[in-house]
Amino acid sequence: MPLSSTVAANAGAPRRVRPLARRLQRGDQIAHLITLIFAATIFIVTALLFYELYTGALLTRQKFGWSFLSGTTWDPVALEFGALPFIYGTLVTSALALIIGVPLGVGAAIFLAELAPLGVSDGLAFIIELLAAVPSVIYGLLAIFTLVPFLRDYVAPLLQSTLGFLPLFQGQSYGVSLLAGGSILAIMVLPFIISISREVLLAVPREQREASLALGATQWETTWNVVVPYAKAGIIGSIFLALARALGETMAVTMVIGNDPRINLSVFAPGYSIAAAIANEFSEATGDMHISALIELGFVLFCITIAVNAVARLLILTTTRKSGAT
Amino acid sequence: MKTLVSVGVLAFFCVSCADSERTQAEAPPADQVLINGAGATFPYPIYSKWFNEYHRKFPQIQINYQSIGSGGGIRQVTEGTVDFGATDGPMTDEQLKQAKTKILHFPTVLGAVVPAYNVPGVTQEIDFTPEALAGIFLGKITKWNDPELKNANAEVNLPDKNIVVIHRSDGSGTTYVWVDYLSKVSPEWKSKVGVNTSVNWPVGLGGKGNEGVAGLIKQTPNSIGYVELIYAIQNKMPYGKVRNSAGTPLKADLASVTAAAAGAVETMPSDFRVSITNAAGKDAYPVSSFTWLLIPSKIQDQAKKKVLKEFLQWMLTDGQNMVEALSYARLPKEVVAMEQKAIPEIE
Repeated sequence: MPLSSTVAANAGAPRRVRPLARRLQRGDQIAHLITLIFAATIFIVTALLFYELYTGALLTRQKFGWSFLSGTTWDPVALEFGALPFIYGTLVTSALALIIGVPLGVGAAIFLAELAPLGVSDGLAFIIELLAAVPSVIYGLLAIFTLVPFLRDYVAPLLQSTLGFLPLFQGQSYGVSLLAGGSILAIMVLPFIISISREVLLAVPREQREASLALGATQWETTWNVVVPYAKAGIIGSIFLALARALGETMAVTMVIGNDPRINLSVFAPGYSIAAAIANEFSEATGDMHISALIELGFVLFCITIAVNAVARLLILTTTRKSGAT
Repeated sequence: MKTLVSVGVLAFFCVSCADSERTQAEAPPADQVLINGAGATFPYPIYSKWFNEYHRKFPQIQINYQSIGSGGGIRQVTEGTVDFGATDGPMTDEQLKQAKTKILHFPTVLGAVVPAYNVPGVTQEIDFTPEALAGIFLGKITKWNDPELKNANAEVNLPDKNIVVIHRSDGSGTTYVWVDYLSKVSPEWKSKVGVNTSVNWPVGLGGKGNEGVAGLIKQTPNSIGYVELIYAIQNKMPYGKVRNSAGTPLKADLASVTAAAAGAVETMPSDFRVSITNAAGKDAYPVSSFTWLLIPSKIQDQAKKKVLKEFLQWMLTDGQNMVEALSYARLPKEVVAMEQKAIPEIE
């Protein structure tokens, strides 16, 4: 409301003679100030979040120190808290999500951008963007009723009979597992990878393709050797966006991961992720120490996300510099 | 023109703002009483029914209840941000000490927790001894045809399969009641795991909420877990019998849960903070529990104090007649009488 009244006031004022340049400059300053405030709020919110999490975790930081990160027991009765199983579960499910999701997603994006007819590409892109809007609890339900029995009855026996000598694929399979968490995350991050990668690939200038084709390259050689490297920074960006989403995903993961805070090498074993633990225990946590431990878990997740983003930035910087040099 | 439109819009907004402010300000006249409460999710259906009925009976009284969990209920009533709290597990001495005013516990209804399982090929009800349940959840009994289970279930054809234990992953009053029972029947559980709304489980998979546990049980062959009686009844889930302290195998129903509370009357402390798991009496279902309202003993606001006292009185009489329709077990009349004597403690 105040915005439109300012506009109205300005619109009603032009009869008063004032140097045009000065008026414009005033507008500039106002715009500068307003956008600066908007930009600053993001910084302030992040800083506040960091501060609140850091101070909220005071009790456990004092009691456990760094051993909070390496401890493997999570016992709300004896008030002994160690975050390692949760960190492990978070990282493993996210890694599994990327291992499954990146080849699928980038492959699909290449097909949609380079090979498919435009109508098909646009139609599929629309559906993929719809997938990104499905609430995570829906994915979780889907996972419980279809993915989990499928993994338990088909995938696990197959992997155990072929690659069963690896510790990764040993032990009893209940269905709910790190693998189930990773798989549902892969499905959930696919839309991000596909739609962003597709846009990036489509944005590669025509001249790049034409030059390559003129030199006698086949269409696939052009795609793989020219278009994809040109779009590398953007594709990596989409992967890290997907990773950030996977790290923080709560609902779908907690429904299928088994929620068992123990470290198991096998991907068929149940695990626990940081976000799932906070969502599960916070509402009924009564002791100060328990709450502090959960807040510190949140702080750890926050730090992991920041680290991942920093790595993504570095990676994009180095790859763009390299491709710029060649 | 632009100016005119924006002035018009402005005027409209101002009028509507003023309008909504006025209606808000007018809403509570002098005798209107608004009471806020928060806490346990388990009794939420009956509480919202009670508060609705009470509002219908006395339109000037509005009681709001947010089911944010027992932990949140205890925290908020301790800090005085709500007029009353609600919890599935009684407050500890330490928690009571933190509160500014003394907090009183008033049992409202009873709930129970039942063992639910999915053993392919078994259609009969399995009869669980306390030793069997403790052994299974400690990870010591790992096969369905373990002698401890077989001896109690001679006519059931239990398979030679590994038991998959399923528990709640979210902090919950249901877990509290279940592990409270296990720690009463098993000294080893008491020393190794203990009692809380969430514990460090020796074995098993975690499901979120009753529906999460029920879903996992349904999906996992040879599994066993625990859910609230009310959830099992409403979803027609099969569940097993549990042997009570007198050795009778009992399938939980509303009457046997009320009997558990009646069995605990003799040992009932005056503040009602009592666990009635493994209660005495041959009809008492052993995994039962009260759920409590938490009410500060000193209430400054006279109107609120009066309403809360009257509501408690109504809840203990007329209110109790509504609980069984929603699958809660009602309070035994001995407990009702004790609570009515305790209401004047609110000052």
